[in-house]
Amino acid sequence: MRDAHAVTVTVNGTSYSREIEPTLLLVEFLRETLALTGTHVGCDTSQCGACTVLVDGRATKSCTMLAVQADGAVVITVEGLAKNGELHPIQRAFAKEHGLQCGFCTPGLMITAVDFLERNASPSDAQIRHAIEGNLCRCTGYHNIVNAIRTASAEMRETASAQPQVAAEVKP
Amino acid sequence: MITHPFTYQAPATIEEAVKQLGQSGDAKVIAGGHSLLPLMKLGLAQPETLVDLRRIASLREIRTEADGTIVIGALVTHRDLVHDKTVRAKLAALSDAASEVGDLQVRARGTIGGSLAHADSAADEPAPTLAYDATIRAIGPKGRRDIPARDFFKGTFETALAPNEILAEIRFSAPAGRTGGAYAKFAHPASGFAVTGVAAVVTLKADGTVERAAIAVSGAAAAAYRATAAEKALTSTKGDAKAIADTAAKAADGITALSDLAASAEYRKHLVTVYAKRAIERAIERARG
Amino acid sequence: MTVTANPKYIGTRVARKEDPRLITGEGTFTDDVMLQGMAYLTLVRSPHAHARIRRIDTAAAKKEPGVVAVLTGKDLEATGMLPVFITVPGMNGSKHMPIAIDKARYAGDAVAAVVADSRDAAKRAADLIAVDYEPLPVVVDGTKALEPGAPIVHEELGSNLVFTYPVKGGDIDKAFKDAEITVTQRIVNQRLIPNAMEPRAATAKFEAGELTLWTSTQIPHFVQLIVALNLGLGQNKVRVIAPEVGGGFGSKLQVYAEELLVGYLSKTLGRPVKWTEERREGYLATIHGRDLVENVEIAAKKDGTILGLRIRTVANVGAYLQAFAPGIPTILHAFIIPGPYKIPAFDVEVRGAYTNTTPVDAYRGAGRPEATFAMERIMDRLADEIGMDPAEVRRKNFIPPDAFPFNTISGITYDSGDYEPALDRALAMADYKGFEKRRAEAKARGNYRGIGISTYVEICGLAPSKANSALGVGWGGYESARIRVHATGSVQVFTGTSPHGQGHETSWAQIAADALGVSPNDIEVRHGDTFESPGMGVGTFGSRSLAVGGIAVHKAAEKVREKVVQIGAHLLEASPADVVVENGKVFVKGVPEKAKNFGDISMAAYLANNLPDGMEPGLEATVYYDPPNFTFPFGTHIAEVEIDGETGAVGIERYSACDDCGRQINPMIVEGQLHGGITQGIGQALYEGAVYDDNGQLLSGSMMEYHVPSAEDVPMFNLDHTVTLTNTNPLGVKGIGEAGTIGSTPAAVNAVIDALSPLGIKHIDMPLTSEKIWRAIRAAGEGRR
Repeated sequence: MRDAHAVTVTVNGTSYSREIEPTLLLVEFLRETLALTGTHVGCDTSQCGACTVLVDGRATKSCTMLAVQADGAVVITVEGLAKNGELHPIQRAFAKEHGLQCGFCTPGLMITAVDFLERNASPSDAQIRHAIEGNLCRCTGYHNIVNAIRTASAEMRETASAQPQVAAEVKP
Repeated sequence: MITHPFTYQAPATIEEAVKQLGQSGDAKVIAGGHSLLPLMKLGLAQPETLVDLRRIASLREIRTEADGTIVIGALVTHRDLVHDKTVRAKLAALSDAASEVGDLQVRARGTIGGSLAHADSAADEPAPTLAYDATIRAIGPKGRRDIPARDFFKGTFETALAPNEILAEIRFSAPAGRTGGAYAKFAHPASGFAVTGVAAVVTLKADGTVERAAIAVSGAAAAAYRATAAEKALTSTKGDAKAIADTAAKAADGITALSDLAASAEYRKHLVTVYAKRAIERAIERARG
Repeated sequence: MTVTANPKYIGTRVARKEDPRLITGEGTFTDDVMLQGMAYLTLVRSPHAHARIRRIDTAAAKKEPGVVAVLTGKDLEATGMLPVFITVPGMNGSKHMPIAIDKARYAGDAVAAVVADSRDAAKRAADLIAVDYEPLPVVVDGTKALEPGAPIVHEELGSNLVFTYPVKGGDIDKAFKDAEITVTQRIVNQRLIPNAMEPRAATAKFEAGELTLWTSTQIPHFVQLIVALNLGLGQNKVRVIAPEVGGGFGSKLQVYAEELLVGYLSKTLGRPVKWTEERREGYLATIHGRDLVENVEIAAKKDGTILGLRIRTVANVGAYLQAFAPGIPTILHAFIIPGPYKIPAFDVEVRGAYTNTTPVDAYRGAGRPEATFAMERIMDRLADEIGMDPAEVRRKNFIPPDAFPFNTISGITYDSGDYEPALDRALAMADYKGFEKRRAEAKARGNYRGIGISTYVEICGLAPSKANSALGVGWGGYESARIRVHATGSVQVFTGTSPHGQGHETSWAQIAADALGVSPNDIEVRHGDTFESPGMGVGTFGSRSLAVGGIAVHKAAEKVREKVVQIGAHLLEASPADVVVENGKVFVKGVPEKAKNFGDISMAAYLANNLPDGMEPGLEATVYYDPPNFTFPFGTHIAEVEIDGETGAVGIERYSACDDCGRQINPMIVEGQLHGGITQGIGQALYEGAVYDDNGQLLSGSMMEYHVPSAEDVPMFNLDHTVTLTNTNPLGVKGIGEAGTIGSTPAAVNAVIDALSPLGIKHIDMPLTSEKIWRAIRAAGEGRR
C-alpha cells in the first residue's frame, strides 16, 4: 500500500480496525472492506443519496467522505438500524406504507429520515420533502415515502419521549 | 472512486496543518470534503497531499467575543449554522443561506470554511459573508492575516488565500440596531447550487428609513459580488415597495452573468432582480421586527 | 370460476413479501456479488460523437500494475453482435458490435476494454490507452439526419433512414376537405435519460463449463439466449441471474455489450469478471428514451367532432438500433394514437433516423406516452381554437361503452372501456368546476394558474405471439409459470417475469393463494434465475407482467387446484364437484369438520399409494400462457399548476387521477406504480431533457445537470379508479406499470399552457422549464411587472 493508514471505525456496534489507503471512500470501505453491501452507490456526483449512512449520528453521503476521515467515528448503516431483531420504526413504516419498490434507494432514504426525525419529531409534509431532497428515488414518486416518514414520526413520538425540537432546516 | 493517489495527514493543531501544507507542492486542505472530494472523484483535482483539519477542535466553535464580534470557526457545518441561536438571531441571512446549501446530508458535513475557501461561484454562503462585511482570518507560516470579505472572492474557485494559508475563522461584527437579514435563492433544479442567491442586510433608522443596505449576490457571476448600485438606491428610502423594486432592478447592474443549461445570462440577470426583491423585502420585514 | 368471483386475497393490500430483505440491507444487487479472484472490467469510450478509429495503442496500459488484459474491438469480435428483436418492413438494420472496430458513432461508444485486479487499476490503465481518432462530421438531430448531405452514421446503409412506417385508415383527404377547422401543432417529445437508481452491472463466473451471469436486467431469459448463441455455449450451460434489480424503466430491457463482454472474458480469462457502470458513464452508454418530433394535424367540425388526424413523425433512434427500438415509435406509438376517441380517418407515417447520439429505446411507456401526448395536446389546441371546454371536446369524441370490443381506425381491437365515468370522477376530484376561482386568486398574487386534462388509452399485455409475428417482433409474447407444491404443502411459484420493483412476489402469491386456498404467506415466488424458471420467460416490460405472467400463474395454480380437488375427492370419498378448497383445508361442501389439511393432500400426491386411478404422482403444473389479445387500460389525469409570474417557475398544486386497469390484484401496488409513473411523466413535462451540442457532446451528462425529480418537485397524488374488466384473460386484469407516465405528461403540459392561455400562448416545447416559460410570458408582452 502506498500510504497505509490504520483506522478504527465502529460500524453498527462493532469496532473494525483496518489498514487502508487514503483514496478509499467510506462507501467503498463499507461495501468492499467490510462487505456491508446494504449501502448502495447510485451516482458519482454526490447527488442521489443512495450511499447515505449515519456518521456520528449525522446522515452522510458515504461516497463523499474518505474512509480515513471516519477514523474513530461511529457509523450506522441500514444493516444496523434494527436493534436486537426489532426493526426500527422507519423500517416498519417504509414497509407498511409501501415506501419502496425496487429498494435500491431505500437504505439511504431511511437513514436520512432517521437523522431528520431525531431532530424534528413532528414534521410537516413540506419539511419531510425538504429533508429528503438529497435522496433520489425513481420508483415511488415519493408519495409513499412521505407517508412512511410521517408514520414513523408518529410511532417514534409515541415510543420515545419526544426530543426537544431543534430548528428544522426548512425553507424560510 | 478516486484513482489518483495522495498522502493524507490529520494534524492536531492549525500550526502543524500550516506546516504540512507547506511541505508538499500540491497540498490541499480538506474539511467536510463536500467541495473537494467531488472534484477528486471526477479527476478534476489531483492533490498530492490532503491535510485534514478534523482534529482541530477549536475550528468547530461559534463564539461571541467581548466586543460582540461573532466568530465562526472554519469547521462549523452548515447544519450547525442553521441551528445556532446567535447566528439565527443576529446573522439571519447567513442562517438562511446555510439552510439552503445542498441537501440535508451536505449540510450535515459540509463546512462554511470549505465553502468559502473553495469559492464556487454558485455557493450560497459567500453572499451573506459579503453582505455582513465579514472578515476572513487566515493562518499561514507567518501567522494570522485578516482579509475583508470584499477582498476575498477573486473569481470562480479563486480567493485571496495563499496556497500555504488556512482559512481558520470568519468574523462578523454584531449588526447594529434594527438590522434584518435574509437570503433568497433560486436553486439549480438538478444540482441544488445557486443559480442566483441574494443576501440582503438592511439597517433601519428609528424613523424607519434605511440607514444601511448591503446586497450581495451568489451564483450569477464568476464570483459573488456586492450590488453597490442597488445598495445606494435603497439607502435613505423608506424601504417601501417602490424603493425595493427600484433597488432590485439594479442588483445585476454591470455584471457579466454566467450562462448554462439551467439559466441563460439574460434569465440569470432577471432572476437576480427578482430574488433581490424577495431578499430585501424579508430583510426589511425582519428589521422592522 | 369461483376463485375470481369471490377472491380472498386478490384485490387486497397484502404487505409486500419483498420488503423485509430490502429494508434491512439484505437484498443482493448485482454489484453486491463479490467473488473470489474477481477481476474488473472498464471500458474506454469515445469522447467523439463520430470518429474513425485509426489506431489504438495499448502498450502503456498493458504495463500498468494489476492489469489482466487490454482488448480492442478486433480482439473481441468473437462476442458477436448485439441483438435487435424487432424488424419492421424495409428496415435498415445497423451492425452493432460490443466494442466498435472501425469507427465510433456516438460519444460513449466503447472502443477498448481493460480487465484488471481492481477497479482502480482498470481505470488507471484505461486512461493510458491512446486512441488515434479522425473526427468526422456529426449529426445529432433526427430531422437533419434525414436531409441530403447529412453525415452518414452507417456508410454501408447509404443513408440514415432506418425505416418508413405508415399506418393508415379511412379517407384522410376527405376528412381535411370536409373539415370546418384544422389545427396543426409541431410536437417534440424530448430525449430522456432513464436514470434507474441502480446503475447497470454485470458479473460473470465461468466454472466447469458453465457460465453464471448476474446482471441487472428486465429480461434474463433473453440475455441467456443471446449469450448462449453468441458465445457458442449450450443454453443449458448459461445461467443468468437477475438478482435484486434497482429499477429499469426500459433501460435494462436490452442485451448490452457489457453482459456479453463479462461472459466472454470470464470464460477466456478463467476468472470471474465484474463490470459496474458509473452514473456518468451510464448517461452515455445506457439507452435513452423518446426523442420524437411530430407534425400533428387534426381535422374537425366546429362542434368538436374529430374528422381526421394526420401525423408525420421523425424518430431519432441514435447511433445503433437497440433491442426493441424499431417497435417503439412504430407499433407502440402509431397504433395507439387514437386513444379513447373515435377517429374516422387516420394517416400516420413514422420515419426512423440514425444520428451520432446514444441509442434510443424503450423508456417507461415506450411509444404510448408520445402517442398520448400528441393526441392530448392537439385536443387541447382544438378545444382552444373552437372555444370549447377541453373536457367536453374529449367527452364528445369518446368511444361509447357499448361499442366494445372496438376496432380502431389504426387497426387494433380494444377489449373493453368506459371512459366517461373515469373522466367525471377525475373532474370531481380536481374540483374542475371551482377552478376559475382559483385562477383568479392566483392572478391576484401575480401568478398564473392552469388546469390540464389528459384522457388516455394505453396498450398492455404484450403480446399475443401471432400478433407479435405479424408486427415483426421476433419472439413470442407468452409468459411462463410453474407452481410446485412440495410434499409438506409448501408452495413455490416460479415465474418467467423478472420484477425490479413491481412486487410480483406479492401479487403472484395473492393470485396463487386464491386458487390454492392457502395464505400468500405460505407461498414463495421465485424469479430472475434462468436455471430455476419454468424454462423460458419473456420478462418484465410494457406493463405486461400481470396480464400475461400473472395469468400464467393463475392458470398453473388452477391446474394444481384441480389436482388437489381430485385427490381430495378421492380421499374424502366425495364427488370432485362437492370439494371445497379454502383456508388451507380441503373438505366436502357442508362438512368442514371432516377436512383434510392442504398438506395431507400434497403428501398424498407424493406418497402416491392412494391416488385416483391413472393419476400421475406429484403436485405441480407448468403453464405457458399466450394471451389472445392486448389489454387496453385507460383513465383521466388532471394537473393543476401555478406559475410564478416573476420567474416562470411551475408548481404542481394539485394532481388528480382516475385510472382503470381492470381488476386490481393489490391496490397498494397499483397506487405505487401510478405515483412513480406520474412523477416520471411530470419529469418529462417540466424537468427532464437530454441536451447535446452540435458536436454530439452530451451537455446534460450527469445528475448535476439532468433534473431527476426530487421529493420537492412533486405533490401528493389524489388517486381513484374505476374497474372495467377485460375479457382477454380470466382475471380481467389489464396492467398499470406505465399508465402514470402516459397520463401525466400531457396533463401537466396542458395545465401550464392553460395557465398561460390568457396571454395568447398556445404551446411550449417540453421540458417546461422556468426560463422557457419566463421567455414565453415576456414574448407575450407581460414579462416585467
